[in-house]
Amino acid sequence: MAEKQFKIIAETGIHARPATLLVQAASKFDADINLEYKGKKVNLKSIMGVMSLGVGQGADITISAVGGDEQEALASLEETLKKEGLA
Amino acid sequence: MNFLNGIAASSGIAIAKAYRLVEPDLTFTKKSIDNDTVEIDRFRAALDQSKVELEGIREKAKVELGADKAAIFEAHLLVLSDPELVSPIEDKIKTDKVNAEFALKETADMFVAMFESMDNEYMKERAADIRDVTKRVLSHLLGVQLVNPSMISEEVIIVAEDLTPSDTAQLNRQFVKGFTTDIGGRTSHSAIMARSMEIPAVVGTKTATEEIQNGDLVIVDGLNGQVYINPTAEEVERFKSEHAAFEAQKAEWAKLVNEQTVTSDGHHVELAANIGTPKDLKGVINNGGEGVGLYRTEFLYMGRDQLPTEEEQFESYKAVLEGMDGKPVVVRTLDIGGDKELPYLNLPKEMNPFLGFRAIRLCLEEQDMFRTQLRALLRASVYGNLKIMFPMIATLSEFRQGKAILEEERQKLQAEGVAVSEKIELGIMVEIPSTAVIADQFAKEVDFFSIGTNDLIQYTMAADRMNERVSYLYQPYNPAILRLVKMVIDAAHKEGKWAGMCGEMAGDEQAIPVLLGLGLDEFSMSATSILKARSQIRNLSKSDMETLASEVLQMSTTEEVLEAVAKATQR
Repeated sequence: MAEKQFKIIAETGIHARPATLLVQAASKFDADINLEYKGKKVNLKSIMGVMSLGVGQGADITISAVGGDEQEALASLEETLKKEGLA
Repeated sequence: MNFLNGIAASSGIAIAKAYRLVEPDLTFTKKSIDNDTVEIDRFRAALDQSKVELEGIREKAKVELGADKAAIFEAHLLVLSDPELVSPIEDKIKTDKVNAEFALKETADMFVAMFESMDNEYMKERAADIRDVTKRVLSHLLGVQLVNPSMISEEVIIVAEDLTPSDTAQLNRQFVKGFTTDIGGRTSHSAIMARSMEIPAVVGTKTATEEIQNGDLVIVDGLNGQVYINPTAEEVERFKSEHAAFEAQKAEWAKLVNEQTVTSDGHHVELAANIGTPKDLKGVINNGGEGVGLYRTEFLYMGRDQLPTEEEQFESYKAVLEGMDGKPVVVRTLDIGGDKELPYLNLPKEMNPFLGFRAIRLCLEEQDMFRTQLRALLRASVYGNLKIMFPMIATLSEFRQGKAILEEERQKLQAEGVAVSEKIELGIMVEIPSTAVIADQFAKEVDFFSIGTNDLIQYTMAADRMNERVSYLYQPYNPAILRLVKMVIDAAHKEGKWAGMCGEMAGDEQAIPVLLGLGLDEFSMSATSILKARSQIRNLSKSDMETLASEVLQMSTTEEVLEAVAKATQR
């Protein structure tokens, strides 16, 4: 399993557009990918799951991936977070 | 019979194919199924069709509204492929042996309930997204077509039960040639919008949505209030020539664009336009408007999911003030409530919205929202000739509170070093009888009055203007209304102030002679009515109309008044 923690710095948190981008990025991989926030874990390929967490500015989140392409998946998600100024 | 009678709401003639803006029936029953594989395939096919449709909408939105507004459809597409939504639905079909419609609705409703129960406004709005997407999939399962007014790509006539402000905001002016509705009257929102969009409309046909199918050829005769369905070749020809005659008449009026509005005996009045957005300015200028007599700012707040920022508002106000190039612009502060709702304010439903928590009443309570608008207006004031008016003022105390807030914001801005015009006139709409009755008291404190006749008539006659069964009580020429109008004009003049009118009555051919005689200073109407009114006024004598006005004030019924007007304008 590949796992990494991030701190959300974007003022809007993970709302509509960022959530869309993350889910789109995650959906490209075969690995099972989860997003954990405040002890709640959701499928990062589920837009409704991600939005239901209500991740705001300053939140500490953990992304974990399990599967053949878990390393690539995590790297890609990290890149999306950085590129969009989310974390 | 191939024609319907309705109310002529916006003049002109349009001939085009019908586009029904009618929500399809999405009801279904719960069924047991035998073959879950077939049912799941049916569900997946509906998902795919929905995706294709949404991708089309997204692409079109990108081009027409920009990537920002198109992003919402990106999210909708993800909902369609969300494993947390799709898997439970398929599981339900498999284990419960129920039809796809039922499984979809049950699962989606669970998510809707979950999002709605969150105490975060943003999350609550996501419930609407899920509902939207579910509706689309359901429509494909049921084989019916959802309406997508933003997708219209050929010339059409819109056929609807009624058109709400947000419906009209979505309509593409390039393709919408006219419209017809089941309900509504001359002063309903749809009618006002049609005039501002300068497209023919017939409202209140009662059965347009029943009689007209998608693709039917339709003629909207906005001059006589009739709608022809699949007309004969002769009828089409006849209307084409009537259309040409109407255009010729318009060309004749167009010669008056740069002329003054002066009566035959040399009295000048101002003809101004009612607008809803900066986009309407072109019409004002093309039609020779001498000012904007009513800028309805509520459109800035509609068709979106949050309040417009100070900056957005500032840009709109500045655009209008600059566009009018120093001519007066009367901006009405937010008039929301009544028939105009803002879903994101979450205002409770009221039994009598027209008598309820709306306009200035709402603004004095929700001061943050009000102050943002006033700041934007004050900042824009240096770009032209701004006048501000408060809607729905019922008491002097409301006016004083509003004025005090405006002054506070002015001082704050000046302290911040922001330039604000020193000569912004501050007036009120007179639409509540209590205000008309003590207009003499108001006149000492306000800079001007603008009589809002649509509401003034509705409140004076105690007749809901949305209710067709009491529409006979909408009587602009009733002596009771005329006397109230006179009181307001006289009160203004006594204090050296001016009085205008921004209701439909101001552009009404039969009302103009009387209003002129009563001494009205400014007439604000749909831009398309201005040239016709100017042509009429130039042929009237103010002193004759004063005689007419004093006569009709002593009459007892609408009919007598109309007869006197007809006689006086013939001689």
